[in-house]
Amino acid sequence: MKNYLQLNLNLLYWILIAPFTGQFFKIGPIFRQMVAIGVRATPMVALTAFSVGVTLAMQAAHSLESLGAEMYIPDLVMLTLLREMGPVLIAVIVIGRSGSAVAAELGTMKVSEEIEALEVMAINPVQYLVVPRFLAMMVMLPALTIFGNYIGILGGWAVCRFALDFNTAGYVLRALESADTWDLYSGMIKSVVFAWLIITISCNAGLTVEGGAEGVGQATTTSVVQALLAMLVMNAVLTGIFFFAA
Amino acid sequence: MNANAENIIEVTKLVRKFGDRTVLDEISFNVHRGETVVIMGGSGCGKSTLLRHMIGSMKPTSGVVKLFGEEITMMKERELERVRLRFGMLFQSGALLASQTVGENVALPLLQHTDKSPDEIEEIVKKKLEMVGLTGFEDLKPDEISGGMKKRVGLARALALDPELLFSDEPTSGLDPIMTAVVDELTLKLTHGTHMTAVVVSHDMTSSFRIATRMIMLGHGGIVAQGTPDEIRNSPNPEVQQFIHGEADGPIPLNLSQEEHEDHQHVKPRPFVAARHRFHRKTG
Ligand SMILES: Nc1ncnc2c1ncn2[C@@H]1O[C@H](COP(=O)(O)OP(=O)(O)OP(=O)(O)O)[C@@H](O)[C@H]1O
Ligand SMILES: [Mg+2]
Repeated sequence: MKNYLQLNLNLLYWILIAPFTGQFFKIGPIFRQMVAIGVRATPMVALTAFSVGVTLAMQAAHSLESLGAEMYIPDLVMLTLLREMGPVLIAVIVIGRSGSAVAAELGTMKVSEEIEALEVMAINPVQYLVVPRFLAMMVMLPALTIFGNYIGILGGWAVCRFALDFNTAGYVLRALESADTWDLYSGMIKSVVFAWLIITISCNAGLTVEGGAEGVGQATTTSVVQALLAMLVMNAVLTGIFFFAA
Repeated sequence: MNANAENIIEVTKLVRKFGDRTVLDEISFNVHRGETVVIMGGSGCGKSTLLRHMIGSMKPTSGVVKLFGEEITMMKERELERVRLRFGMLFQSGALLASQTVGENVALPLLQHTDKSPDEIEEIVKKKLEMVGLTGFEDLKPDEISGGMKKRVGLARALALDPELLFSDEPTSGLDPIMTAVVDELTLKLTHGTHMTAVVVSHDMTSSFRIATRMIMLGHGGIVAQGTPDEIRNSPNPEVQQFIHGEADGPIPLNLSQEEHEDHQHVKPRPFVAARHRFHRKTG
């Protein structure tokens, strides 16, 4: 826990203060991480989001038809995706793909003395390794979430258009009418907070590995479990603040 | 030894415990500018640990380490970085960044700490790799080269910023006799030519006697013997004689149990055959 707080403070320094002392970010590594964390995840995000969109629409149809309220299917798909399923599901995917990968990569570097070598070369591991991953994650998780939302809505549309009596315009209008900008923003705020949790937890797990290959394996598992728990608890807290307390 | 010579390294009463095992017990010595000090001793006696304390990556249980006259044991990370720019370190494992090519590894300190243009950096990287006999290996990844080659890349990287002080942990282990000679020549050239100071951990007696201006032998957590290569060669201490001649019979016990190992803290159980082999090569 002490390590984790320390890492966060360090990170804040390198992101908020260091650029004003002339130590700018290097674009190359950030870009490479954005590809690894974001671009490469798009197929999986697309498939997951589409399935979820389809599933949501079918469930909505099932429940709402009995009430004679089919017209609200797009609302349900849209709101559920924007507020909850979008941010949470994409975060789950990113934890599985990138959270574990980052923990394993940094952990391997730790046990093979690479981190120590960086320090001895007067290169700060937080600046050199954590900052690019952090910035990439902060940009790519929200971006993937927006992308996933679109695809999910497309999945809902597919059900409504081909299995139910909606036409395309009807679905789109209804969906747009139901959601206001706050629904989108709340989801975005969530995914920014999740991005922070995921990347700091996995980097911390990697950097504090001890005990060889076994330690790396343990750290990877720990990082996934901790990131998932932290993300889900945080989601409940944020939903409470955004939609319940207000 | 010149009493007025500037002390680059001062180690005073350094103690390091892991749990309740004392690996380094009140070790004190100084290294002057321009010296090449070879640290030797059995496997597991704490040579790498001692080096780690001198580069500030481990903090001692008690005692003081000064580099360039500044105490590094209490330093904050920021201050330590300033000191670290002045020395290079070759790790026992090489410690190359596995995700980057050989060339990028050597270029790393230059990219991070100098304003040189990419062309200049490429030029320097070429020169450093040439010094360690690895011309043309820039674009390979560390896992595509041999262990001995990794060592030499690590050495090239340690020398990238032309440090005034070089630490190397077994620079010649895993190298063939010719490459060992090349690396030794390089160390000699740097220490004589540019007055670089070197602290070298080595098991390789031929190489040690070739480069050392002073030798320190560790054992039992302390310094067993130290002196010029001649003093060490003629040392009356039977442990020193056993070590430099690589003899299986002698005061250094061979087949220690774990507890004995922890008590003695100096030699790992060594297979008898390997020891004999070394003996034969030495005398044959
Ligand atoms: N991080 C650590 N935690 C616990 N014990 C350690 C640690 N590092 C080293 N040791 C112990 O300290 C002792 C000295 O280890 P060190 O690596 O310094 O040996 P060495 O002299 O470099 O050996 P070699 O010649 O085989 O490289 C060993 O007994 C080892 O078990
Ligand atoms: Mg060692």
